[in-house]
Amino acid sequence: MTNGNAADEVAPQFSAERMVEVQRIINQYPEGKHKSALMRILHMAEEDFGGWLSVPTMNYVAGILNIQPIEVYEVATFYTMFNIEKPGKVVLEVCRTGPCMLVGSDNIIDHLKQKLGVEVGGTSADGMFTLKTAECLGACGYGPMLQCGKHYHEHLTTEKVDALLDTFRKEHSTSSNN
Amino acid sequence: MGRKLLLEHIDVPGIETYEVYRKTGGYRSVEKALKTMSPQNVVEEVQASGLRGRGGAGFPTGMKWSFLAKPEGVPRYLLCNADESEPGTFKDRYLMEKIPHLLIEGMITSSYALGCTQSYIYIRGEYMWVLEILEKAIAEAYANGWLGKNILGSGYDLDLSVAPGGGAYICGEETALIESLEGKRGNPRIKPPFPAVKGLWGCPTVVNNVETIAAVVPIVNDGGAEYAKIGIGKSTGTKLISACGNLVKPGVYELDMGITVEEFIYSDEWCGGIANGKKLKACVPGGSSVPILPANLVCKTAEGTDRLMTYESLAEGGFASGSMLGSGGFIVFDEDQCIVRNTWNFARFYAHESCGQCSPCREGTGWMEKVLHRLEYGHGNLRDIDLLAEINKKIEGNTICPLGDAAAWPVAAAIRHFREEFEWHVTNPDEAQKRNFGIASAHVPLV
Repeated sequence: MTNGNAADEVAPQFSAERMVEVQRIINQYPEGKHKSALMRILHMAEEDFGGWLSVPTMNYVAGILNIQPIEVYEVATFYTMFNIEKPGKVVLEVCRTGPCMLVGSDNIIDHLKQKLGVEVGGTSADGMFTLKTAECLGACGYGPMLQCGKHYHEHLTTEKVDALLDTFRKEHSTSSNN
Repeated sequence: MGRKLLLEHIDVPGIETYEVYRKTGGYRSVEKALKTMSPQNVVEEVQASGLRGRGGAGFPTGMKWSFLAKPEGVPRYLLCNADESEPGTFKDRYLMEKIPHLLIEGMITSSYALGCTQSYIYIRGEYMWVLEILEKAIAEAYANGWLGKNILGSGYDLDLSVAPGGGAYICGEETALIESLEGKRGNPRIKPPFPAVKGLWGCPTVVNNVETIAAVVPIVNDGGAEYAKIGIGKSTGTKLISACGNLVKPGVYELDMGITVEEFIYSDEWCGGIANGKKLKACVPGGSSVPILPANLVCKTAEGTDRLMTYESLAEGGFASGSMLGSGGFIVFDEDQCIVRNTWNFARFYAHESCGQCSPCREGTGWMEKVLHRLEYGHGNLRDIDLLAEINKKIEGNTICPLGDAAAWPVAAAIRHFREEFEWHVTNPDEAQKRNFGIASAHVPLV
């Protein structure tokens, strides 16, 4: 399985601090049932290793849990939250399901497409934003909404979306200066 | 507003912290159960309460608990289903993020009743911030002796942790949830064996919804008989309803089962009526999987009696003229909404979320989505409408898990009640294609 170019094939490594966390999660399961920790560790790996799961990252996680790499690939490709292609720096996932559609999610998606100059699934030319749609995120009473990382942004309007994009741009330029 | 059992203290500042939660009477059910009741006593109280599963199926919780196999020397597990993914449903999230200790208290009391020493809360991965809230609360519960070894000196031990999913609706199905918690793809298992006999890691397992487990707290505190006094018939207690769509006040409400649907939608105490002064067109009362009701069947049954917010009343008339309470995901459509578009939207959801294991569901949901897409975009023909009904029949009942049924029912109901709107899309293809729906369509109401 390949899903990236050679430049990305650097073996990832959790920090010592993160390994303590990984071990805490593994210890939540009985002896021999450590595979149960897989999904949580994959979420952590995405967070730590560029927002996606490269093959080396998945192989690394398989090594930690002492399972076959294919067991990790199976899970990473089944669950929609995991990115197995490298996304932009900021991933915007707009809920497109019924209740959000009733209150205008189509307009939010169209607006983002225009603003970013991408289709759904695409990444803006500057590599900053990836636009995705998601199925129901459990915010039906507070729509339209989008998820970015661990955060929900609810009651969206096109003005709010513009402000959000500005905030994300600023946040990112600050963090890259550090 | 009605009484509140689960959300009573939801607005108390700091209720998410242990100190405040405890001050408002939190963890009393654990004290009562561990100090004065046998596990069997707790099960009996839950049976007496008439509590029914709040995740959607409405199966009696006490009965589910009584099925749990108890072979010697084999661990048993209680899993909380916090994979809330049914479109229209956001009640569990509200409860967990606002008052996390209530769920933890319910988990401890319920685990004691079932004889589990290790329990898990499986939460959808998108609710990662809620997972962090729960973990913080669990740490507080450990620090104060409500979890861990020898709780309250009773000799009862319990460990509790939270596990995230990865974005898959199917994991709300209990056997898929178990597969997922084992670190695998969320493919539902064939039943039997039922989880009560062979669940997590092949051990006896109970899977209950967040709200169900939270309801165990007032049931143990006040007694099952007291809980059963609330509600009507076999719909006992209070129910969290997450109301959304075109409402003045969408949100999560706790109500005594038995108030009328009309009061719930229109009263200022509850949803405050239809937004923007529009008229009601339709309602999906229990999450996207349940049949849609046209306006004339929302507040009244086909017989003309008041429709009530109960399992029985919402189902009255069967699939011909009724629906289901389901998960309490109450979706309201105003007069401008397009039923074809919404039906296509939901069909796309199920096609996206089918795990792919059973051909009728994997292929059928995809076909339905394609057919509905061409109807919605003005490329359909009249035969397509009957074709949908045909595909439906081939999915329904022919799959391992109920996702197939859940995908089929809403389509069948939409055609049953709104056939002329589907036909309109075929006979007016140009207009159907030009349309943009949702808010943008407000100026072009559908005839």
